Amino acid sequence: MATTTATGKAKKAAPHTLNGKANGSAVTKNRLEVRKTYKIYIDGKFPRTESGRVYALKNAAGEVIANICRGSRKDLRDSVVSNRKAQEAWAKRSAYNRGQILYRIAETLEGRRAQFADTLTKQGYTATAAQKEIDASIDLLVYYAGWSDKYTQVFSSVNPVESSHFNFSYHEPMGIVTIIAEQNSGLLGIVASAIPVITGGNTCTVMVSEKYPMTAIDFAEVLHASDVPGGVINLITGYRKEFTGHASSHMDVNAIVYNDLSAEDRKLVQTNAALNVKRVIDFSKEPLLNPYRILAAQEVKTTWHPIGS
Amino acid sequence: MKNNSKAKPLNFSTAWTYAPAPEGTEHIQLNERYGLFINGKFTAPSGGKYFDTINPATEKKIASVGEAGTADVDKAVKAARTAYDKTWAKMPAAERGKYLYRIARIIQEKARELAVIESMDGGKPIRESRDIDVPLAAAHFFYYAGWADKLDYAFPGRTAKPLGVAGQIIPWNFPLLMAAWKIAPALACGNTVVLKPAETTPLTALKLAEIIQEADLPPGVVNIITGAGATGAAIVNHPGIDKVAFTGSTDVGKIIQRALAGTDKKYTLELGGKAANIIFEDAAIDQAVEGIVNGIFFNQGHVCCAGSRLFIQEGVAKEVLRKLKDRISTLIVGDPLDKNTDIGAINSKAQLNKIKSLVQAGIKEGGDCWQSDCAVPSKGFWFRPTLFTGVAQSSRIVQEEIFGPVLAIQTFRTLEEVVEKANNTPYGLSGGVWTDKGSKIFKVTGKIKAGVLWANTYNKFDPTSPFGGYKESGVGREGGLHGLSPYVHLS
Repeated sequence: MATTTATGKAKKAAPHTLNGKANGSAVTKNRLEVRKTYKIYIDGKFPRTESGRVYALKNAAGEVIANICRGSRKDLRDSVVSNRKAQEAWAKRSAYNRGQILYRIAETLEGRRAQFADTLTKQGYTATAAQKEIDASIDLLVYYAGWSDKYTQVFSSVNPVESSHFNFSYHEPMGIVTIIAEQNSGLLGIVASAIPVITGGNTCTVMVSEKYPMTAIDFAEVLHASDVPGGVINLITGYRKEFTGHASSHMDVNAIVYNDLSAEDRKLVQTNAALNVKRVIDFSKEPLLNPYRILAAQEVKTTWHPIGS
Repeated sequence: MKNNSKAKPLNFSTAWTYAPAPEGTEHIQLNERYGLFINGKFTAPSGGKYFDTINPATEKKIASVGEAGTADVDKAVKAARTAYDKTWAKMPAAERGKYLYRIARIIQEKARELAVIESMDGGKPIRESRDIDVPLAAAHFFYYAGWADKLDYAFPGRTAKPLGVAGQIIPWNFPLLMAAWKIAPALACGNTVVLKPAETTPLTALKLAEIIQEADLPPGVVNIITGAGATGAAIVNHPGIDKVAFTGSTDVGKIIQRALAGTDKKYTLELGGKAANIIFEDAAIDQAVEGIVNGIFFNQGHVCCAGSRLFIQEGVAKEVLRKLKDRISTLIVGDPLDKNTDIGAINSKAQLNKIKSLVQAGIKEGGDCWQSDCAVPSKGFWFRPTLFTGVAQSSRIVQEEIFGPVLAIQTFRTLEEVVEKANNTPYGLSGGVWTDKGSKIFKVTGKIKAGVLWANTYNKFDPTSPFGGYKESGVGREGGLHGLSPYVHLS
């Protein structure tokens, strides 16, 4: 944190020394860069795709910058199993605790802005666009961290029924949500769809952007370092066209979120959703910062109890 | 318990029999034939076809009603659109509300007539149509009337706008009440509607059309057209519909959800259920037995939220079962218009056959079937209250919605076990919990994945109380503040 300014520029740090020798950037002129292997994120772990397939991610110049896992239907299934396992415990955590974890994600992300700026620009973002996206993502996390213990108060009700009963309605998570994140965003697209969904106690599997998958996996590392329990957010990279059908037809998924699907894919998702009366949630017109994003993935439960002796 | 277990079985043959107490029918006004209510007028169906609606208790024809074809649906949707554009959406919201208040008041004025017609057309006991269906229908209009000019308070931070024309398809189990559930919030939010009642129970909806005329509602704001599945499909698929609201089976709900794929139509689905009613050892047993009876035999079990799976904690299983059988033996099955009747007629022959075939399946799968030996009339559609014990989680009668007076009973030992069993269903509409321990109520109602939970009570409804399911029991809520959102666009 101390070495980073709000604009992400590294301040000059004193070179570290080890055995009296400088260990800073000065000695790395001919040093071979250690490249990163991009894997998917399921159940708090970083496995390779079960399918063993990758696709080459290229920059604007056409150079390969990473081999990205081309996730499969089996990955999605594994992910949903992990989501299901994690969901009840996640929903059972106190709203205060979930809020703190969301805030913790914001803190961790703030601390790693330089890394995100670097990865976003590598994938083709301008420096300014990268900074804007990082700012918006962190602020969005803080925003929803604050809603965690408030949306229930604002949107629940005690219902004045005519008979002698105490009757109240409050929100509960739908359960497992698959999310098809926006293609044109490397970070904010994931955060804006997944964070409101988990704020309300759901767990989710996010099919991330094909174009900007590297930041998605960097973000998985942020989640991993922020006390987000494994299985609350799983991130899978790969081809959207291979996921849309499975993500909407899986029988243990309660809802599906999308933003920028083609008309044809929207129809596919909506048709498949009928298999188990899945809830279909279109976030494309929903403002980023607003509690109705949380409510979109909530059920209303109403409980009656007699008043008497 | 000790004394009770030695108690002699109750002998009802010595009890007084009830003299018949039928509600009079001379005050009701019914036409022999009803057209379609489109644009404020009753008009003949364009295909010229009519079908009969019969009294399921006598199998006699009551009236015939028009069969709406696609041309009629088109006319109704256009009338609703014109009314939406020219009148209803533009009207000051408070004025919209005043029309709804008027409707509520006229329903109250004509409550007795509506109750009698409801019982004749659908087979439900007059006690229920008189005390539940009709007063609740009026209350629904009264409740939503007041929302019309207060929508800004319902959606903090957002502005609510009506959607346009709502196509509404309702079932035969609560004909007038379902019409009220659908029409009242739609109109309060500024939408206009095309509503189709079920083909076996169209009459109270048509009486509601007359009430709407009497209330001077602008023509086209409410259109009520009769017909069967094809008419419903024509409404769902009509391009002029902005929103579909359906109450009915999960199978048809899924067909509708698929049919709407790729359109921008919004939808709410209130579908089937297979609710667990859970009795813990520390429950007030006599109250619980009343609750079980009300949970499954209310409206002949034709209730999507019926407590059709009973879970009894082992320690009280014998006692509950004995008391339940004793209580069920006192239930009077028969003339829906008789004020002493507890269980009326099964709504239709088709439904009776479905119940019979599922009961047969239950017996075939090895379940122990017990039936009350009460008398039933010779004519009409009847089914005696029925219990099944010795059934498995996988039994068809435990998994499938029967929609009749048939209760599947299982036992359990621990809270965790019963929660798992209760949730082992694709449905998630409702549930019941009986215990004297408050903390247990909160724990169990919190864990059951269903939209409505009744603790130490069952089958209670109110306009202020949201109703609707999790999972395959549907999408969206009806009733209460939360029942407004399906009828608005938020910006």
